[in-house]
Amino acid sequence: MTAETASAGAAPSLANVSQDATRVPGEPKSRSWLVRALVLVIAVAWTVPTAGLLISSLRPEVDVSGTGWWTIFAHPFELTQFTVANYERVLTAEGLFGAFINSLIVTIPATVIPITLAAFAAYGFAWTRFRGRSFLFAIVVGLLVVPLQMSLVPLLRLYGNYDLVGTFVGVWLAHTGFGLPLAIYLLYNYISQLPKDIFESAYIDGATPFTAFTRLVLPLSFPAIASFAIFQFLWVWNDLLVSLVFLGTNPDVAVLTARVSQLVGSRGAAWHLLTAGAFVSMVVPLIVFLALQRFFVRGLLAGSVKG
Amino acid sequence: MASITFDKVGKIYPGGNRVITDVNLNISDGEFLVLVGPSGCGKSTLLRMIAGLEEVTEGELKIGDRVVNDVTPKDRDIAMVFQNYALYPHMTVFDNMAFGLKLRKMPKEEINRRVGEAARVLELGEYLQRKPKALSGGQRQRVAMGRAIVREPSAFLMDEPLSNLDAKLRVQMRSEIGMLQQRLGTTTVYVTHDQVEAMTMGERVAVMRKGRIQQVDTPRNLYDFPDNLFVAGFIGSPSMNFIYATLEGEGDEVYANMAGDRVKLDRTAVAEKSALANYKGKEIVVGIRPEMFELVAAVPSADPEQTISVTVGLVEQLGSEAFIHFVKPSPPVVTPDIRELLADQGTDAASLGNETKFTARVDPDFTPKPGEEAKLVVETQKLHFFDKDTGDAIR
Repeated sequence: MTAETASAGAAPSLANVSQDATRVPGEPKSRSWLVRALVLVIAVAWTVPTAGLLISSLRPEVDVSGTGWWTIFAHPFELTQFTVANYERVLTAEGLFGAFINSLIVTIPATVIPITLAAFAAYGFAWTRFRGRSFLFAIVVGLLVVPLQMSLVPLLRLYGNYDLVGTFVGVWLAHTGFGLPLAIYLLYNYISQLPKDIFESAYIDGATPFTAFTRLVLPLSFPAIASFAIFQFLWVWNDLLVSLVFLGTNPDVAVLTARVSQLVGSRGAAWHLLTAGAFVSMVVPLIVFLALQRFFVRGLLAGSVKG
Repeated sequence: MASITFDKVGKIYPGGNRVITDVNLNISDGEFLVLVGPSGCGKSTLLRMIAGLEEVTEGELKIGDRVVNDVTPKDRDIAMVFQNYALYPHMTVFDNMAFGLKLRKMPKEEINRRVGEAARVLELGEYLQRKPKALSGGQRQRVAMGRAIVREPSAFLMDEPLSNLDAKLRVQMRSEIGMLQQRLGTTTVYVTHDQVEAMTMGERVAVMRKGRIQQVDTPRNLYDFPDNLFVAGFIGSPSMNFIYATLEGEGDEVYANMAGDRVKLDRTAVAEKSALANYKGKEIVVGIRPEMFELVAAVPSADPEQTISVTVGLVEQLGSEAFIHFVKPSPPVVTPDIRELLADQGTDAASLGNETKFTARVDPDFTPKPGEEAKLVVETQKLHFFDKDTGDAIR
């Protein structure tokens, strides 16, 4: 949850930069200042808790339980008040490092598999004529409204029959299923807007539908694919429900979110460890988001506005 | 290199919508053929049928000796230049041109040689590493041409390739494409709605209307001997003037009575058009090209029986020539396409009023002023005559 707030906080402030660059010259200055001030307020409001989290995680246990994190600003350059002991502790004794690796093992395939399938499906829906196409597509889009919670129990029973409970494969499949409808829908919107001429040109140049997909559709849809990849990656990484249901809390397979939630349970008052654990779980989404932020914004716009 | 043959080719869309009817056409090897017609006449569809992008639902289409009705686009050995170029936006100019060759697994040296050669011819050498979006319209157009050339196909198909360029560049590219085609000697089918482009570029021009080919001939013959009212009106700018007239015989001479203006026809011309004899005393349509008028002031020797008096409307002085516009009190000629247009709008010919508009191209030195009376001589040996009902030329 914290990760989401932090990354959402980064978006407006970065968006502000690009907005400033494209500001219409004739626009009244007062309005642009108002916008800036608003954006600043929002950005600060979103960022302060995250900053507090980071600072707390770097303070010794005694300090955390004694004073608030903001007190460090009284003497900010006194480096002795900071420590990485909390991180050492959560990563080793509390086993968060293993959970971190498990999270990666879950998240990367659970991102790659649905996107690959969705890209093929979206291309098929957009550019292949076959019977029942609109009907099938309507079903896929219809699945968007089905809450995933409804399928947890039946899926779990089904998994029981095939020994998939508590396995990575099981959770990959679950995330793939839950992610596909939105992925297909988003990619379809983008891919169907690609100009028809370039496909025709490619067919005349000697392309088959498959080469047209790999040589044209995939590279041209990169913004949309990247934007959905970020979505799916963040969603899977931050997910607790699905992984708790299908993987459980067995340390061999449990993911970060599950372990951090356990920390809350067993160490309700150990704020120094909780904050460190939370920050460990936030690092990857933050990196992913900041690194790919430009695709995020562009990809969301790309489908709606025809370039 | 190959010829392209249409044998009773037609196309009906699944909904029953007919877009191409009974096209018989033989485009010989190395020929530059232009398909021209108003929008929606089926010219692009016909081209896309050659490319394999549209199915041929009737008849037989051959490229060379091979029937290609069911051959996929990639196996037809043709290259196409699209109206909006259809460049691959994520590839460099080099990769755009090399794409088709790479897909055909051509050796790298050969690809480099062909692309290099095409880039040299099209003066694209310094842009090879650029992406299409960093090119101007004219350069993109060249890349699209280059992509077709490097394939060394048996035919080029071009779908209005110049329509997105500005006027000056269009004229320049027009001659460049013409020269390129002559040098390569590749069979080319070129689609345009611009009759000037058609006339200047094509060895032969096929005029289309409503999915049918109206006439196929050299530009000169289309201009001089149009088969019907549609072709006569479509080819030539400003277009041919039409007026209803009654043929009146008087001794050895034949006169055309055009809304009260009686003009003596040229004897040889009448003799050549033998079918004209059947129309004596009947109403026909006379077609007069703007340049068949001249001011009597500029031709003092004019036969008074071949002159008409007009009240000058608008005058367009171009320096090298001048156009004068005038009207005659006669219902405007309704060509088949105008009749359809009227039917679409739910009106009929009566709504067009009782004025026929004329444009005359005259000597710029003697141009009268608007509102003045002027005498015009009609060059009667070059008049065109059409059947009033069928719109076919009377010959």
